[in-house]
Amino acid sequence: MGRLSDRIFGLAVILVALVYIASAMQIQASFLSDPVGSKAFPILIASVAIICAVVMILRPDEEPEWPMAWTVVSIFISIALLVGYAYTLKPLGFLIPTAIVSGALSYQINPKPRFAVAAGLGLSIGLFVLFKYVLDLGLVPFPKGWF
Amino acid sequence: MDILANLSLGFGIALSPYTLMLAVVGCFIGTIVGALPGLGPSNGVAIMIPLTFSMGLDATAALVLLTAIYYGAMYGGRISSILLNIPGDEPALMTTLDGYPMAKAGRAGDALVISGFASFVGAFLATIGLMLLAPVLSNVAYQFGPAEYFALYLLAFATLGGISSKNQAKAALASCIGLMIAMIGLDPNSGLPRLTGGNLHLYDGIDFLVAIVGLFAVSEIFFFIESHGKSSAVGVTLDKVRVPWAEIWTTRWTMLRSSLVGFIAGILPGAGASLGSFMTYMMEKSIAGDKGKFGTGVAKGVAAPEAGNNAAAGGALVPMLTLGVPGSGTTAVLLAVLVTLNITPGPTLFTDRPDVVWGLIASLLIANFVLLVMNVPMVKIFVKILTVPPALLLPGVTMVSFVGIYSLTGSYFDLLLVVAFGVLGYLLRKLDIPTVPVIMGILLGHQMEKQLRDAMVLSDGDWTYLFSSGISTGLMIAAFLGFVAPIFLRRILSRPERVAD
Repeated sequence: MGRLSDRIFGLAVILVALVYIASAMQIQASFLSDPVGSKAFPILIASVAIICAVVMILRPDEEPEWPMAWTVVSIFISIALLVGYAYTLKPLGFLIPTAIVSGALSYQINPKPRFAVAAGLGLSIGLFVLFKYVLDLGLVPFPKGWF
Repeated sequence: MDILANLSLGFGIALSPYTLMLAVVGCFIGTIVGALPGLGPSNGVAIMIPLTFSMGLDATAALVLLTAIYYGAMYGGRISSILLNIPGDEPALMTTLDGYPMAKAGRAGDALVISGFASFVGAFLATIGLMLLAPVLSNVAYQFGPAEYFALYLLAFATLGGISSKNQAKAALASCIGLMIAMIGLDPNSGLPRLTGGNLHLYDGIDFLVAIVGLFAVSEIFFFIESHGKSSAVGVTLDKVRVPWAEIWTTRWTMLRSSLVGFIAGILPGAGASLGSFMTYMMEKSIAGDKGKFGTGVAKGVAAPEAGNNAAAGGALVPMLTLGVPGSGTTAVLLAVLVTLNITPGPTLFTDRPDVVWGLIASLLIANFVLLVMNVPMVKIFVKILTVPPALLLPGVTMVSFVGIYSLTGSYFDLLLVVAFGVLGYLLRKLDIPTVPVIMGILLGHQMEKQLRDAMVLSDGDWTYLFSSGISTGLMIAAFLGFVAPIFLRRILSRPERVAD
């Protein structure tokens, strides 16, 4: 039983597609109905996806090279950082979250602390100047009420 | 002479100082992004789209800027292919086969100049071809009804995997994932929400810009974290740059043949630039025979794929502008640009918005000359870009992508979706599932469903209506053949492997 990646992904696709079909079945019919309706196309597409996934499970490709355990950890850290960035960009303004997140991402790519700090500060200030004054985008630099 | 009149209209728009400046800036940014190792045209355009819209440019200006970036990135891609053996995207892979050996032999400058010249010939001829062919094709497109459009979309999805696709099930699955995502949101026919799981943020559907930025830009950072910014290839330094006229002259027929073949490959829906550079390289290799020494660093081996992929880039604009069906990943991204600007590509585009079409064509011609100047005498400036460390570059690219999306939609939920698409893009690419069909599915899903439903309304639910006209039946058959062919051609058309160090 080698070649697990394709099989697991295929299985996940089948599960998602089944949920998708179940949810498509629930779509309310409109009084403005046409011969095809709202349900048919989504159900059709999800069914094709299931067929493809079954082929993937039956005839999987060779296993890709997955990263080592500690690299997986650093990928998860980066995902968490980016999610955090999505939540903090509005309340905390541009400069602070950008400096922290881009510095931390830089550290994940190449673990040199001094370079990462410099990259974070430089990108945060440089991009802010670029966006605010050259491209004229409406960005807030700091949390409200600081200045 | 319709074309001349139209062209002068186009040049009237493109030669205004502001538009001209945008074209130059676009070429510059495009070449830089293309030259960055690991980034290609679709990344470049993807990063720049949200920013362009936030700047509030009008339709023509935005289009000129983004297509200049597109062409620029096609030119720039050869720099990292030749000097570092790292292709920015799939079409550039073929350039590494002879370009990198040439650079290792100390002829990096020659390789860059020859390929820059070949890019120019390919892109220039393709723009002329676009000018001549697009109006003709748009006349044919007037005969397209819902059944024909549905068949055309089917053809585009069936052939997206490409002639050299390794696994058609994966290519088809990618299209399905995109189409499934497109269905989320309000049903355009009934106006009722569907498949949102009750999440209010999803009522408007998932914006394809969010998907594009996630799949093409943010997913890159995970790859760089995985490799820790180390590239396996050894960089080659560039000494003196001079123009090897005699050698360029020996490649003249190669360039012309490759431009033609590349252009045709670009027009085919779904085929795009990868097929263009692949076919031209293989064609020239077999014409030259064993004596040609392809793969050891010969001028023709650099000229063929570069002329081919730049011609294909122009060719891919033909179906995108006339039918609204993109021929490659990057044209899919450009189609997204048009749709966002409220311009509906298709046959009516040429009569309704001649200013947009001909302004675009004229600025492509201008961009080509700008790029020739930037990429031959000024190539040394761009070579400097290669020394930017990934640990600075990738966080920068990610932040630019985020801010672009944020200033466009102002929603934290869209930023979360960008991250989700970034992770999805990483997983898909790891599993060798192409990401371009996902984008195409999200982009074309609504249209495809609408055409199917319209066709069924017209025929009162009779499914045979889909095969009622010669055009639609032909397209359906082509779709079937296009999907099945790679399964049989796989053994014959095996891709050459990358040059090892």
